Amino acid sequence: MAYKIVSSQCTNCTACEALCPNIAISERGGTFVIEPAKCTECIGHFDTPQCVAICPVDDTCIVDKSYPRYQAQ
Amino acid sequence: MDTLTYDETAAESTADVGEVMQKIAEHKGCGTSGGNAPSCGSSAGQGDLPTEIWEKVKNHPCYSEEAHHHYARMHVAVAPACNIQCNYCNRKYDCANESRPGVVSERLSPEQAAKKVLAVASTIPQMTVLGIAGPGDPLANPEKTFKTFELISNTAPDIKLCLSTNGLALPDHVDEIAKYNVDHVTITINMVDPEIGAKIYPWVFWEHKRYTGIEAAQLLTERQLRGLEMLTERGILCKVNSVMIPGVNDQHLVEVNRAVKSRGAFLHNIMPLISAPEHGTVFGLTGQRGPSAQELKALQDSCEGEMNMMRHCRQCRADAVGLLGEDRSAEFTTDKIMEMEVDYDLDSRKAYQAQVEEQRQAKVAAKQEELADLAGEMSDIELLVAVATKGSGLINEHFGHAKEFQVYELSTAGAKFVGHRRVDLYCQGGYGEEDSLETIIRAINDCHAVFVAKIGGCPKSDLLNAGIEPVDGYAHEYIEKSAIAWFKEYLAKVNSGEIEHAVRGDADIRQGALISVA
Repeated sequence: MAYKIVSSQCTNCTACEALCPNIAISERGGTFVIEPAKCTECIGHFDTPQCVAICPVDDTCIVDKSYPRYQAQ
Repeated sequence: MDTLTYDETAAESTADVGEVMQKIAEHKGCGTSGGNAPSCGSSAGQGDLPTEIWEKVKNHPCYSEEAHHHYARMHVAVAPACNIQCNYCNRKYDCANESRPGVVSERLSPEQAAKKVLAVASTIPQMTVLGIAGPGDPLANPEKTFKTFELISNTAPDIKLCLSTNGLALPDHVDEIAKYNVDHVTITINMVDPEIGAKIYPWVFWEHKRYTGIEAAQLLTERQLRGLEMLTERGILCKVNSVMIPGVNDQHLVEVNRAVKSRGAFLHNIMPLISAPEHGTVFGLTGQRGPSAQELKALQDSCEGEMNMMRHCRQCRADAVGLLGEDRSAEFTTDKIMEMEVDYDLDSRKAYQAQVEEQRQAKVAAKQEELADLAGEMSDIELLVAVATKGSGLINEHFGHAKEFQVYELSTAGAKFVGHRRVDLYCQGGYGEEDSLETIIRAINDCHAVFVAKIGGCPKSDLLNAGIEPVDGYAHEYIEKSAIAWFKEYLAKVNSGEIEHAVRGDADIRQGALISVA
């Protein structure tokens, strides 16, 4: 799995971008997106996914189930 | 390298700072005092303020009530991220209390912000202060915030820098704040009791973790108070903003006032909660009400004995431009700025400000003269009057064009600024509308009179019916001088039995932060 951002709820506050340990988050076309291939769910970096913890709108950074669960190397 | 240089400077000046902070602690400062008492808030003179502090506040519209009639400020929205959640804020729309622009407003890069500051400074020579107040928290975006300060201090060194923060990250950045000569910092402190804090803040984000409940509030209050102490130690002036939330922290703010005063805060600004349901905030959706005008004033009055109270805050947006109470941000969008020819001329700015200073002195002289006449009067009567003004301390606005009324308390001690009331424009396109007139009357219902430059016959009679005297005989004259002159006549009429003095009722505080009426 990776995390994804529900773009209709994103306020473009940029907070998640700076916190992502994998530099997986960037602004595209006026809203923020997570590059699933880079997202590690913060496993190995932090106890909780940083984008989820800082996001000011509940249920906006959510698990994208279309990707397999990240396996720490 | 920079840190080293700063440390050396700090070591040399440590002795002076202690002395200055002692003076700040003793001084009652920049609130508004009524009569002859010298205070930077009410007189154009230095009064009893130490020179170092006077130089910092005299042209700062937020730190000096008196200056706010003459000098303008601007905010640049370079700091979108936030590290806490407040129940009065909804990031999907506006945060009405802490100066947050809506999602449609532009985020600026530090470079765009620096260009905007030069463009505004060239157009509005009385713009003396640049603040960073969000739309998130400046210290949750430290790179952008300090880069902006660096660029502006290089290109426009005469502009004062300030920032407004929730305080969570403050202790980590105090040295950098000092390095860029930011000499005014505002901290929003709504509580010093974590149990109360848990009702205001659902969570805070600190050291890569989200904290909730009492633990979150405990962390926040400790960091806020520590940050305040660290600013005080470095001689940086600190204003504390508190949102008054009836039933949650209204009584508690007296304790907050004592806590911040004892840690060296210079000014306390208690603001009304803004919680319209359409803003979509937690408080808006749960029906938490804001205070009435008299509830707010009573709390401000009860804290005033302890320290200076700011009463002229307009709860402005993170991209506001202009005098407090006006918003010219629409003139300075990024598109427009890029096309502007910017001619930043320090000398012409200074010359303009010297003129403003003359006007300011004349205003105070006129007030003192009128006040001397009042000295012999004996009366317990205290009452409020509303004033329509466009700035410069003059009664120079038409009743129908006023977007807000300034409120002065009159007594034998003189005229004291005690607040302002936002209203919808009564007159648009030259004719009045009944509904908005009723809204205006509710907003100034606690006032005995309203001073205007001009007023139409229809609203005049409606005001009289509501018991508010419309006064247009002092058009384009100084506010305080005129108000004192009118009050003397009022007392004479009461004494002669011509009129009977009656106490007025309460008034509404209009919901919603100041937005431009474009």
